[in-house]
Amino acid sequence: MNTESDPQPTPSEGTNRPVVKIFGVGNAGVDLLDRFDRTEFAGADFVAINTDASSLANSTATVKIHLETKLMRGLGTGGDPERGRALAEEHFSTLKSACAGANVVLIVAGLGGGAGSGIAPVLAKAVKDSGALALAFVTLPFGCEGNRRLNQAQAGLEQLKAVADGVVYLSNQKAFKLIDENTSVLETFRITGSLISESVCGVWRLLTRPGLIQIHFDDLCSLLRDRHSESAFAFVEAAGPARSRETVEKLLAHPLLDDGRALGEADALLISIMGGKDLTMAEINRVMEQINRHCEKAVVIMGAAIDPEMKNRLSITLIAARNSGPKSTGSEKTETEEAAANRLAGPRTHQRSVTPANPGAGEHRDILAGRHGSRGGRRPTAKMLQTQLPLAIVSKGRFDKSEPTIYKGEDLDIPTYIRRGVPLN
Amino acid sequence: MFDDSNIIVGLEIGTSKVCAVVGEQGVDGALNIIGVGQARSRGVRKGEIVDTAQAEEDVRNAIVEAEQMADAEIRSVFLGVTGGHIRGFNNRGVHPVVSADREISDDDVQDVIKNAKAINLPTENNVIHAVRQHFIVDGQDGVTNPVGMLGSRLEVDVHVVHGHTNRLQNAIRLVKGLQLQVEEIVSNGLATSLALLTNEQKELGALVIDIGGGTTDYVVYVGGVIKHTGVLAVGGDHVSNDLAYGLKVPLSRAEKLKLEHGAAVVEESIKGQTVTLTNELGLPLKTINIEHLRQIMSLRLEEIFQLIAQDLEHAGLYAYLRSGVYLTGGGARVPGLSTLAEPILQMPVSYGKTSSVSGLKSALDQPEFSTAIGLAKFGSFKARKNGGKSSLAHGLKSTITSFWRRS
Repeated sequence: MNTESDPQPTPSEGTNRPVVKIFGVGNAGVDLLDRFDRTEFAGADFVAINTDASSLANSTATVKIHLETKLMRGLGTGGDPERGRALAEEHFSTLKSACAGANVVLIVAGLGGGAGSGIAPVLAKAVKDSGALALAFVTLPFGCEGNRRLNQAQAGLEQLKAVADGVVYLSNQKAFKLIDENTSVLETFRITGSLISESVCGVWRLLTRPGLIQIHFDDLCSLLRDRHSESAFAFVEAAGPARSRETVEKLLAHPLLDDGRALGEADALLISIMGGKDLTMAEINRVMEQINRHCEKAVVIMGAAIDPEMKNRLSITLIAARNSGPKSTGSEKTETEEAAANRLAGPRTHQRSVTPANPGAGEHRDILAGRHGSRGGRRPTAKMLQTQLPLAIVSKGRFDKSEPTIYKGEDLDIPTYIRRGVPLN
Repeated sequence: MFDDSNIIVGLEIGTSKVCAVVGEQGVDGALNIIGVGQARSRGVRKGEIVDTAQAEEDVRNAIVEAEQMADAEIRSVFLGVTGGHIRGFNNRGVHPVVSADREISDDDVQDVIKNAKAINLPTENNVIHAVRQHFIVDGQDGVTNPVGMLGSRLEVDVHVVHGHTNRLQNAIRLVKGLQLQVEEIVSNGLATSLALLTNEQKELGALVIDIGGGTTDYVVYVGGVIKHTGVLAVGGDHVSNDLAYGLKVPLSRAEKLKLEHGAAVVEESIKGQTVTLTNELGLPLKTINIEHLRQIMSLRLEEIFQLIAQDLEHAGLYAYLRSGVYLTGGGARVPGLSTLAEPILQMPVSYGKTSSVSGLKSALDQPEFSTAIGLAKFGSFKARKNGGKSSLAHGLKSTITSFWRRS
C-alpha cells in the first residue's frame, strides 16, 4: 500500500480519526446508502456511483458519480457485469480521484446485477491504488432471483475478494430466517438494508469512536484479509440492568450467526463493545467470558468504546471470520498473532497511520487476482502471472513405490479423508 | 522322522512383523503352543515381499527366537500368504455316477472334487486352497458325506482361493533359502479363522476380519463351511501413512501418535484437544490436534469396513451371519474399533479369542498372533488327517512338489 507513489493520506490531526468515505455502488448500493442514518455517520463522506441516472437523482449522497457512455443510452448496464466493469475501467481515474484523501473506503453494493458486480471490484482496485483501505459490504441475491444473478454475484464476490482488504457479505437468503410469512417485500428489503447498515455502522464506530481498548485498522485488516470467504456479522444491542446478559443471549441466538454456531466455527473474531459512560469493567468481562467460551479456538480481537449518547445501553458488534481455504492457514494465523503481539507490546505510538500490511500481501493479492479473475486479462498485473493449475499432487508416502491398491477405480493408498474431501479445519 | 516330528510351525511373514509359532501335537491330536518368535518386518509392503534380503534376515531372527523358546529344531513350516492378488470364489464340480447300482463310491467323490478344482484360471495364477463345502446328490443340497448314497449325479461346491504364482513363490523361495521346508502355503485369512472360530460359530455363520499392517483379510463361514474370502491391501500402515500426510509429521512419529492417541471414533470430549510434540531436548516442535488425528483414522477404518460390507452384500451373505463379526490382527487393538464397525456392518462385533489351542497364554491372548497360531493349527489338522507321524514326513513335500510342477 505504502509503496504507491501517491502521498499517504494521514488521519486528521489531533482527533486521530481516519478519514472514511462510504461508497454506494449500483442501484442496491445507492439505495442502501440512502437508508443509512446520517446522524450516526457524522463526518463521513457519502458517494453514490451508478449507471442509472434516475437512481442517482433520488439519492441524498453528497457526491454522485454517473458512469455513462453513449453506448448505454442512459439505460444502465442491463444486468451485465461485463458492461459495468468496462464502464468502470473507462472511468478509473474518476473513481480514483473520488477516493483521494480517504484512509478507509467502505464500499456498499448489492451483487448480482450489472453495476454492483461489475463496478465494485474495479472501485476496490481504485481505492487500493489511491492508498486507502477497501472494505466491502455486499449483499448476495435471494435464491429465487435465478441462477444467472447468483452466478454473477459469485463471480463478483470472487473478484472483490481478490482486490479488497476485507469483504463482509450478507446473503439475502439468510434474511429469510428473520422474516415470517406476513412480512412484506418492502419490509424484507428494509431488514436486509438495516443489517448491512448495522455492519457498516459497527465498523464505522470501531474506527471512529474513542476506544478504551482500541481496535486498530491493522487488526481489522488482518482479521478480514483472506478470511472473508466465510465471514459472519452481527450487531446486537440491549438496555437495562441485565444488558450484558441480554446482549450475549441475543448474540448467540442471532440468525446470521446460525444461532451461535458460527462462533464455534470461527477462527478469528473481532468484537467491539460499546456503551455509555456507565459501562462497567465487570460487564465487559462478563460478555467476553461468555463469548470466549463459545470460540476457544479463535483468535479474538476485542475493543471497547464509550459513546456518551448511549445512556444505559450496551451494544456489541461482532465479526466472525472463518478461513475456508486450508492453503493460507499458516500465514494467516501468524499475521493475526503478530497484530495481537503488537498490541500487547505496550503503549502504541500515537503517530499511527495506515500500517502497511505484511509486505507479501500485495503480491499475494495479485496471485489471487490471477486465479480468481476469470476475465483477469484486463488487469495488467494479472496478465504477467503464470498461474499454477490447482492440481493437487497427493504424495502416497510409503506406498509411493509399491503397487497401487486400486479398488473400483479408487486408489486406496491416498488418505481416505482426501478422497472424500473431508476438510480438517 | 525324529523326536521333533510332531512339531508344527506356523510362519507368517507380515507387513509389520514376522511371526513364527511353534506347536506340539499331542497323542490325542490337540495342539499345544510351546514357542513364539517374532521380529520386526522390514522387507514387506502390503503383505508382499519387496526386499528379499531384509525379509530373509527378519524371518531368520523370528525362527531362531522361536526355536530357542520352544527348545526344538524347526525343519518345516506352514507358510501364511496374503496380498492384494489373492482372490477367492465358489465353484461347483459335477460328476455322473456311472456304476450299475448307482451307489456313490469313494472314487466318485474323488472324481467330483477333482472336477471342481479344474478351474479356468489365468496361467500365471495358482490355486492355494480348494475347500470343500457341500455335496449335492441329484439336486439334494447339504450332503456332507455322499459315500454309500444312491444317485445318478454327484455335485460338489468348493471355495477356491488362488493367487499370483510368482508372488506366492517369492515367499516360498525365501523360506527355502533358509533351509526350511514349506509344508504348505495357507492363506492368512483362512488360518486366522481356524484359530478364532469354534465349530458352533462356524455353524451359525461368522465373519472374521484380520486387520494387519499391510492387508485386511476376511473370511465368511456359513453353515460350518467357508463361503467367502477376501483380501484388501489396506491396513494399519495406511492409517499411519494417512496420519503422516494429514498431520504433516514423519511416518515414525505418525506411527507413535497412532499408538498413543489413536482411536476409531471421534468423541465429543476430545474435540479441540491438542498434543504438543517435543524434540529430544523437550522443546515443543509442533502441536497436533487430536480431533484431526482421530478424524483421519476414523475415516480410514470406516472405509475398510464399508468395503467389506459392500463385498458381503454383493455376495449376498449378510443374512447368514448370525454369530456376528470377530476382529483380530494388530488393527483390532485400536480403541473403539467395534463401536465404529457395528453400525457399518450392522452386526454384533466382538474381538476374536484364540480357541481350542492350549499352551503359552501370553501368546494366545494377542490379536497379532492369531494368524500364526491358525497356521500351526492348520498344520495340526493336516497331520491328523494324514494319520500322524509316519505319513507326515512322507507327504511333506507332495503339495509343494505339485505346486512346483505346475509352475
